[in-house]
Amino acid sequence: MRAPADLKIAAGDVLLAVENVSLSFGGVKAIRDISFDIRKGEIRAIIGPNGAGKTSMLNVINGFYTPQQGRITFKGKTRAKMRPHDAAAGGIARTFQNVALFRGMTALDNIMAGRTLCMKRGLFWQALRFGPAMKEEVEHRRYVEEIIDFLHIQHIRKTQVGRLPYGLQKRVELGRALAMEPDLLLLDEPMAGMNLEEKEDMSRFILDVNQHFGTTIALIEHDMGVVMDLSDRVVVLDYGRKIADGTPDEVKRNQDVIDAYLGVAH
Amino acid sequence: MAKYAPADEDTFPKLLIHNARARGNRAATRHKDLGIWQSWNWAQTLDEIRAFSVGLSELGLKRGDKLAIIGQNKPRLYWAMCAAQALGAVPVPLYADSVADEMAYVLEHAEISVAIAENQEQVDKLISVSDRLPKLTHIVYDEPRGMRDYDASKLTWIDDVQKKGREALKDPARLKAWEDGVAATKGSDLAIILYTSGTTGRPKGVMLSHENVLVSARNGNLFDDLREDEEIIAYLPIAWVGDHIFSYAQSYVAGFCVSCPEAPETVLEDRREIGTTYAFAPPRVYENLLTLTMVRMEDASALKRKVFHYFIGFARRWGEKILNGEKVPLYARLIYKLGDILVYGPLKNRFGLSRIRVAYTAGEAIGPEIFRFYRSLGINLKQLYGSTEASVYITAQPDGEIYADTVGKPNIDVDIKIAENGEVMFKSPGVFQGYYKDPERTSETKTADGWVHTGDAGFIDAKTGHLKIIDRAKDVGKLKDGTLFAPKYIENKLKFYPNIKEAVAYGDGRDRVCVMLNIDLVAVGSWAERNNVIYGSYQELANNPVVYDTIAAHVEEVNASLAEEGALAGAQISRFLILHKELDADDGELTRTQKVRRGFIAERYGPLVTALYNGAKEADISTEVTFEDGRKGKIDARVKIRDVSIKPALASERQAA
Repeated sequence: MRAPADLKIAAGDVLLAVENVSLSFGGVKAIRDISFDIRKGEIRAIIGPNGAGKTSMLNVINGFYTPQQGRITFKGKTRAKMRPHDAAAGGIARTFQNVALFRGMTALDNIMAGRTLCMKRGLFWQALRFGPAMKEEVEHRRYVEEIIDFLHIQHIRKTQVGRLPYGLQKRVELGRALAMEPDLLLLDEPMAGMNLEEKEDMSRFILDVNQHFGTTIALIEHDMGVVMDLSDRVVVLDYGRKIADGTPDEVKRNQDVIDAYLGVAH
Repeated sequence: MAKYAPADEDTFPKLLIHNARARGNRAATRHKDLGIWQSWNWAQTLDEIRAFSVGLSELGLKRGDKLAIIGQNKPRLYWAMCAAQALGAVPVPLYADSVADEMAYVLEHAEISVAIAENQEQVDKLISVSDRLPKLTHIVYDEPRGMRDYDASKLTWIDDVQKKGREALKDPARLKAWEDGVAATKGSDLAIILYTSGTTGRPKGVMLSHENVLVSARNGNLFDDLREDEEIIAYLPIAWVGDHIFSYAQSYVAGFCVSCPEAPETVLEDRREIGTTYAFAPPRVYENLLTLTMVRMEDASALKRKVFHYFIGFARRWGEKILNGEKVPLYARLIYKLGDILVYGPLKNRFGLSRIRVAYTAGEAIGPEIFRFYRSLGINLKQLYGSTEASVYITAQPDGEIYADTVGKPNIDVDIKIAENGEVMFKSPGVFQGYYKDPERTSETKTADGWVHTGDAGFIDAKTGHLKIIDRAKDVGKLKDGTLFAPKYIENKLKFYPNIKEAVAYGDGRDRVCVMLNIDLVAVGSWAERNNVIYGSYQELANNPVVYDTIAAHVEEVNASLAEEGALAGAQISRFLILHKELDADDGELTRTQKVRRGFIAERYGPLVTALYNGAKEADISTEVTFEDGRKGKIDARVKIRDVSIKPALASERQAA
């Protein structure tokens, strides 16, 4: 498989930096003055109790929300305003808390859709299914087939996504994100609603993606066992604030984190 | 005879070279990869295997060494067999789904020096038990995914092994040496050791020579007139003798192509694409296919359902007669033709059996209704009786002599006899050399003059001259009052119902027959969905009173049919229960070939068996279960027990199934 796009950032360097970001909706402050970074090649978890601002944070990173304050630097470039489309073109892919697939399309077509941004020929050529567009399609299909093989979903290649069980839909969604060959993959609760076996499979896939494609991963997850096993570093949010940042072991021992999760007597 | 390789090509590597010469351009191996069928012709297959073989010898594999092969059906795992055999080494295929501990026993016992593993999963298992395997020097893997961070000193990728082989083969002397090595292999050499899972005790390593396997394969080919243009799909465990003969030996003898599926879940689709002409499956596969069809039909529109049931009913009446070439009225032929266009044809296409010439079921008795269902569609499904110790073939049904309740006539060159105690014994060119490192059990099974005990009780049917198998000889028992009790026979009758997945019958030495059942989660689950019955787990569904009612009706029907069977009429089912968990090979309740281990289950569910016999209405049980990752958990449950009415012998009418 191809290596991720032309990246001059070496493994371990900062791929994405969030500096003093604040976001509010009217009077509600979803994120307050948060800073952290994601290094290339790592698995970075964002955790926190419900309403802590985790999903908002992902939405800020991929440009869906524009923060009122702060700076975001991705691949060395500090960006002003950015739309999700630009984020995708820039190499940020994501999956959603509630699966967001094209339900009437097959698994294969859904994943092919993830390649749209990589296709160079215009609508005219593609409609002809001839010549260069055909050749391009074959190349993309090959890449998609490698993803299908990677995620062990050969048997549902031609099945409508809406008819698949939830665990498999999650896998297809991961496949579509991978099809973009992202530099940074954002996973919003990849294991939500899964049983033990599905969780184990998904964990395996996340580790394999990280190792095999060298993709940097930022994930939100509630299952602490999973988070502690998978991630290299963890950032903890609570009420829109960052309360801890460090390796799983450090975070586990942090008193603020324990209080946030178990509650504290006032 | 001419269409098969001459008999002096008496080993696998010799046959490989012969095929590469005689039919080099014909496809030999196919594999679906990245959604596309990739194929290798015999000449290319020779090239791949030769490179693999020389590469393995570079790793130190030599004559007499044992090479383990662990994984699903992949071309390179089959190539590994021949690659090892060319060096005089002995391949030992293992069940891919066995847990590390089971695997360790076989690897240790067979003194494996090199192991071929399909993927990371298998490599992980090997590494986890490697401290018990001092002789294991190399692990060679097929799929490199996830293997980057592993300690490379013991691990090699097959591609690299082949590269090493190709490098060495640039030296013409090396090529000559390899070919001389092949020429030196003899038919009497040990070709393979197949470990049988067995219903009791530790697995036994059945040693088969090239001659054993190849003569049996050749006779099998002759029996069914198999040609070089057969298409088959290899999807059964490679460690099972059936797969070894059908997907490996018979292909080498006849020169036909073997296709490997993309993934275990895609077999049905892949079979359809290949259009297999020769198929082999244990009854379970046919049962599942039928259950799936029936369940899907329940969800179809009313019109479709009507058309389906009408024509299936029609086929039940006439289909088999047409297939057997009996006299059939014209109108029946015409309506059958119409049914073929509307129902049977599309159905066969779905099953991937449109082009089938010969299909076998073996390994266990098949429900007669299931058997007739497939035959009525025009599929030439036949029964075969065999064992690992016989290199498969003992008896098989010749075309045109098909009966639902027999296993056929002795195959070419096979002699059978029935011992005093009713046990079937055989003698053939396929008779195994012995159990590896176990002369004691060898002599228990194989007599000095070459007869082999099968352990099955049976008799020769006077009318047809076919062999009939009743049950395992040691399992056929008697109730306290002396009535004949054949547990397998009763279980099979129960398992015909799509709602019942597994059955375990008890009665030997007791005053009556009681059974424990597993419901089929697909069939019953689909019923529950249609009837708005909410359930959270297998356990909850199994405990549902309406499900109990349905199953009780099935059990009564079985009693009614037993009532007609003379000697067995006294052994009807008096009580049953539905188990709170599915029987699972990981918990040791089924063998790896999915046969129930009755004794073990009786021990494990002791309180339930007691309750079955002491008249209790329900019983508590607590069981340990093993999850797929090897962790253990506990399930507690209260299981209900039902009484069923016994039918008077010979008095009841035949009930529609």
